[in-house]
Amino acid sequence: MGLAFLVWLLTAVILYLTARGPWWFPAPISQHGAEFDKHFTTLLWITGAIFAAAQLLLGYAIVRFKSRGQYATHSEGNNKLELLWTSATAILFIGFALAANGIWASVHLDQATEAALKIDVLAKQFSWNFRYPGPDGKLGRTDVKFINDSTGNPFGLDEKDPAAKDDVISSTIRVPVNTLVELNLRSRDVIHNFFVRELRIKQDLVPGMTIPLRFKAQKEGTYEVPCSELCGLGHHQMRTTLIVMSNEDFTRWLVDEGRKSR
Amino acid sequence: MTWLRTHVFSTDHKVIGKQYISLAFFSVALGIMLSLIMRFHLIRPDAKIGWFALLWPTGATGGIMTPELYLSLMTIHGTLMVFFVLTTAPQGGFGNYFLPLQIGAPDMAFPVLNMLSFWTTFLALLTLLAAFFVEGGAPLGGWTAYPPLSALGQIAGPGQGLGMDCWIVSIALFSIASLMGAINFITTVLDMRTQGMDLMRMPLTCWGWFITAIISLLAFGVLLAAGLLLLMDRNLGTSFFLPAGLVVSDQLQNHSGGSPILWQHLFWFFGHPEVYIAILPGMGIVSTVLSVFSRKPIFGYKAMVFAMFAIALLGFLVWGHHMFISGMSPYSAITFSVLTLAVGVPSAIKTFNWLGTIWGGDLHFTPAMLFALGFVSVFVSGGLTGLFLGQPAIDLYFHDTYFVVGHFHMIMGVAAIFAMFSAMYYWFPKMHGRMMNAPLGHVHFYLTFLGVYAIFIPMHFLGIMGAPRRYSDFKELEFLADAGVLQKFTTHSAYFTAAVQLIFFGNYFYAKRRGPAAEVNPWRATTLEWQPSSRPEVHRGPDVYSLPGAREDFVMQQDKK
Repeated sequence: MGLAFLVWLLTAVILYLTARGPWWFPAPISQHGAEFDKHFTTLLWITGAIFAAAQLLLGYAIVRFKSRGQYATHSEGNNKLELLWTSATAILFIGFALAANGIWASVHLDQATEAALKIDVLAKQFSWNFRYPGPDGKLGRTDVKFINDSTGNPFGLDEKDPAAKDDVISSTIRVPVNTLVELNLRSRDVIHNFFVRELRIKQDLVPGMTIPLRFKAQKEGTYEVPCSELCGLGHHQMRTTLIVMSNEDFTRWLVDEGRKSR
Repeated sequence: MTWLRTHVFSTDHKVIGKQYISLAFFSVALGIMLSLIMRFHLIRPDAKIGWFALLWPTGATGGIMTPELYLSLMTIHGTLMVFFVLTTAPQGGFGNYFLPLQIGAPDMAFPVLNMLSFWTTFLALLTLLAAFFVEGGAPLGGWTAYPPLSALGQIAGPGQGLGMDCWIVSIALFSIASLMGAINFITTVLDMRTQGMDLMRMPLTCWGWFITAIISLLAFGVLLAAGLLLLMDRNLGTSFFLPAGLVVSDQLQNHSGGSPILWQHLFWFFGHPEVYIAILPGMGIVSTVLSVFSRKPIFGYKAMVFAMFAIALLGFLVWGHHMFISGMSPYSAITFSVLTLAVGVPSAIKTFNWLGTIWGGDLHFTPAMLFALGFVSVFVSGGLTGLFLGQPAIDLYFHDTYFVVGHFHMIMGVAAIFAMFSAMYYWFPKMHGRMMNAPLGHVHFYLTFLGVYAIFIPMHFLGIMGAPRRYSDFKELEFLADAGVLQKFTTHSAYFTAAVQLIFFGNYFYAKRRGPAAEVNPWRATTLEWQPSSRPEVHRGPDVYSLPGAREDFVMQQDKK
């Protein structure tokens, strides 16, 4: 009996905190983010209903069938019921899996319909480096041989390549608002992870691979980027920021930085 | 000598079962202590604790815990709990003890192999703990040991040297032990059943152990191979998991041609089925206990057996859902996602059948029954969040957040442990000939039930806020500045729940010595272990309760009419 009330109480508290609790996502800053939230909310309603129904039923059975000296009903099952709940859950769960594919596809499978600003990303224990093409619009050649943090060459830029001379390197990532951005994610030592909560995207950076990740931020501001794949003792300090700027500010910043690097 | 052969190097399945349970008790106690230290550190990262410095002179110089110490505690916590608790107690412990009794076999098929399996597991445990005492300490890469972090050696961090090697050798030994155990369980079920004990007359517990053994046989071989490859990458200069061009601490590494993702495929090909290795025996136990204390047959016995097989089969086809954002082909994510949500179907079938079993019953709330009912509640709570994580679109945000930590602790940790508590309260009279104290069992259950929800539900909210897992502190993250209350609440709930377990241990050890003597069949159950006769002949299924017209509300499996 006590168990039934405890189950119901916990269910009520969990549902209340989920509906009303202060601990939630930040507002999304992209089309993808908005779609993510919509899908998540739908899912939350459906699973919330299943959760409440199952716990209510469990509690009800505990109260209703508590031993009062009655003789239990002898039943070994019911094939019709088995068939019913098997097919119902199968349709529902597989439906979930299919419903969300559009959101996944928009991040990883769809072809870009517009030209994207390309940014080279190279992570290491425990910091981020982002590289933009300078005024020539071309990223310079790199080689791991030349990587040297103490001389300020985290990407291993090849000095002999003229295209490398004006590359802009930054430890935070700046992007213009409402512009499609394509990151080429690479890591030079262990696996790291690029995560922006407001964009609702997360992607591992795997040594030996170049993984593309596209997004379009639609609201100016500064957003945190916490490394989200265990990368060693400094994992918790591997943090940078995504700065979404107006187009003018971004162009000005890129030109200024390009001048400095030359 | 005789004493040694009866109590230490015994080939008796009952002794070996108890040895596994003792090993799991030790490991779970240590695992809980490590988690309490971690939880303490998360709310007071700057605290100076004298005995930290005594225990870990380099990891906590001056009593302040370093991030690498935190991460090594986390790695050992996970490894202990997954391997040495959730894999040993349900299968090696209760399975060894009760499988032969329940199918009417004199012992396991290969008693010496059985003994060897336990002592290899014991050696694996010692090897794991040795990691704490070698130079650099225990590894910091988590129980999943992703390369390159795990393959590069000391240069990747303290603990990644000899400590990491200890970890790999320990896991390899554990895999070998599990393979030996799996062969033994499968042979015993197939060859050693008593007359009349058809497969479809076996208690669901036996089905749980049997299917778990099949999974172990297929999964642990892969983990063993992966571990050996990793060991070779570290010590023999191979490059299975290491690509060319790695620059670690400004030093170019001399490797080429490998893939870090290959490890993830191998590891999770084992790792996901491992979840079912932990939970299937528990499902069997919960089914039995619900049936006994509802005085009703299992609702849909056949459906329960098929659902277990479906879970085992699908369990081998879903490893990719751990890797949605790992950089593997985004197309494969869709396949893995459909298959993953498909595992929800047999899981739901089981839940419905558990509700069907208690529906219309005559429910007796013994501690074993309470933990079985609690299992159903946490299984639902922990299972439903899996529907979120099984979708790549949702995993884009939730991967490696505290949402995942909350999810798997609920479904794999708490649910499996509840089943173990249920099994312990249920079989204690059989194992020790005495009764545990029931009122204390009630108190233990209610406080634990409340406690586990209080620990793990807040973690889901932390995850929704975006908190990444495996952070030794969150001071750097501005967006978690307001989450301190969740962290504090979780930590204090963990203290509370851990303290409550003392009630269980007190009850257990007292009852073992001083508990009132148990009757032969105190729960009026039908299965063979409750009937002291050797090689009985079986005439019916495992759970005939409340049969209309019968003399009593239960009919033993060996009763003719």
